[in-house]
Amino acid sequence: MKALTVRNIVVGALMVFLALVPVYSQMTGNVFLMTLFTRIVILAIAAVSLNLIMGFGGMVSFGHAAFLGIAGYSVGILAHEGINSGFIQWPVALIACALFALATGALSLRTRGVYFIMITLAFAQMIYYVGVSLDRYGADDGLTIYRRSDFAGLINLSNKTTFYYLCFVCLIGTCYLVWRIVNSRFGMVIQGARSNERRMRAIGFPTYRYRLTCYVIAGVLCGLAGILLANHTDFISPATMHWTKSGDLIVMAVLGGMGSVLGPVLGAVALLVLEEWLPHAIAVAGQLITGKPVGAAKEYWALILGPMLLLVVLFARGGIDGLLEKFRRD
Amino acid sequence: MTDTLLAVEGITKRFGGVLASDGITLSVPAGELHAIIGPNGAGKTTLIGQLTGEITPNGGRVMFGGEDITTLPTYERSMKGLARSFQITSLFLDFTALDNVALAVQAHAGHSFRFWRNARSEEELRAPARAALERVGLSHRADTVIASMSHGEHRQLEIAMALATRPRMLLLDEPMAGMGPEESAQMVKLLLELKKQYTILLIEHDMEAVFAPADRISVLVYGRMIATGLPDDIRANPDVRHAYLGEQEAVVIDG
Repeated sequence: MKALTVRNIVVGALMVFLALVPVYSQMTGNVFLMTLFTRIVILAIAAVSLNLIMGFGGMVSFGHAAFLGIAGYSVGILAHEGINSGFIQWPVALIACALFALATGALSLRTRGVYFIMITLAFAQMIYYVGVSLDRYGADDGLTIYRRSDFAGLINLSNKTTFYYLCFVCLIGTCYLVWRIVNSRFGMVIQGARSNERRMRAIGFPTYRYRLTCYVIAGVLCGLAGILLANHTDFISPATMHWTKSGDLIVMAVLGGMGSVLGPVLGAVALLVLEEWLPHAIAVAGQLITGKPVGAAKEYWALILGPMLLLVVLFARGGIDGLLEKFRRD
Repeated sequence: MTDTLLAVEGITKRFGGVLASDGITLSVPAGELHAIIGPNGAGKTTLIGQLTGEITPNGGRVMFGGEDITTLPTYERSMKGLARSFQITSLFLDFTALDNVALAVQAHAGHSFRFWRNARSEEELRAPARAALERVGLSHRADTVIASMSHGEHRQLEIAMALATRPRMLLLDEPMAGMGPEESAQMVKLLLELKKQYTILLIEHDMEAVFAPADRISVLVYGRMIATGLPDDIRANPDVRHAYLGEQEAVVIDG
């Protein structure tokens, strides 16, 4: 039953491709591709973590990027203060995310639906403005991280290939962890609470504490992505946790498919590759049609991406993943 | 009176100017199948809400097994053995029948902060769930996603889930609502079967449906209990006839 469906082949091929990006990049000398895909892999981790609460838990958070920023600033501030050890930076960043998730989740989860979306957005904007006001750490302009996290020679994060594979392993690990969680007893409770919370209480579940735990787990996993992102860009600024970034993560999950663990990975790849590729495609197509360089026209790539997203949401409820899944029955 | 399992002592609930529960008193001894009937708007749903903890009464007490549970949250009442089924089908639609019931078993099998093992392969949850499905005659539908099951099957599943929580008492909220005569008859048969093992409080709109299975019947009209007694006494009670037949003639004849 689980064997070679179209969906599994595509997902498998994508994983193999992701695993081989550094090899290809080295062979062709295309550094840009490697940089792009490091970013894609990192944001895929964030999207998978968001989908744990959004797709499986029914908690649509519009402030998930806050965790990218909190983790990033933890790394950045510690580095700025001269603490470069990853053994300190990483746990501090993850604990900071856990505490923020616990505090904001405890309040947010008392609300439902649109109110939950708005309150998570409000908390994220709050932390965004905290970032803007951090004069000592660059405020609006952000903070350059001069040295990546140092693991006492155990692993060198400054090596691009090593760093890419670290991110890739983190993505695989995150997906596996989320997959275990959603199929465990805990996962059953989370999904039951999404489907019918009132009924869950009637059969004896104190749903609030399970949902809050899930929210904290998702926050910590997103924190991992934040740590990697800060190390990848060697930079952290409030822009990382702007609400549009949270929106991007939602788009990745919705586009890729919220019904499965790997859907958001498909979504992250699709969205970020399209973002890179559409401007070029417009420029090329424009030149072919008009016969002269179109220049500014490629600025309007979002005009094409928007309707594409709309079509996916309207006609493929399960996102790309759901679309691929449909081929099975034919 | 030591064997009284559920005792409602003068509960009152006001919504603005409406008195939805007006000093309701009721006692259900262990082993009894007690039916509460009443026309639309009698306050049946408000009453069951106060029994399960979704609504807090303005006054009065709810005692279960000799313990005051008036302010206990819903999930803790479930833990104490008070199980309910819902009037409007209230299930986890994207799960299979077995998943639904297994979730009810899981609720009563210790905490669920277990993140690693696949819950769908835990016999500890699956076996009791299968037994509960068997009990209501749904074992052949165990692996069906319930969104594609019939209304009657949903009603049966509601009861299977209540049973899976290993309750001392079942609160059944209109289990026969929207059923055809054949399905209704089957449900009555199931109720008679369950009655041997559980104390049951049955809330029904349709008077005729409860005469056969019920030991005693209480009649709720405009938030007040106007009568409690044996089915035959209730049938003969002039107040009940007036309250019920006066407004609900068509329904009663239908039933």
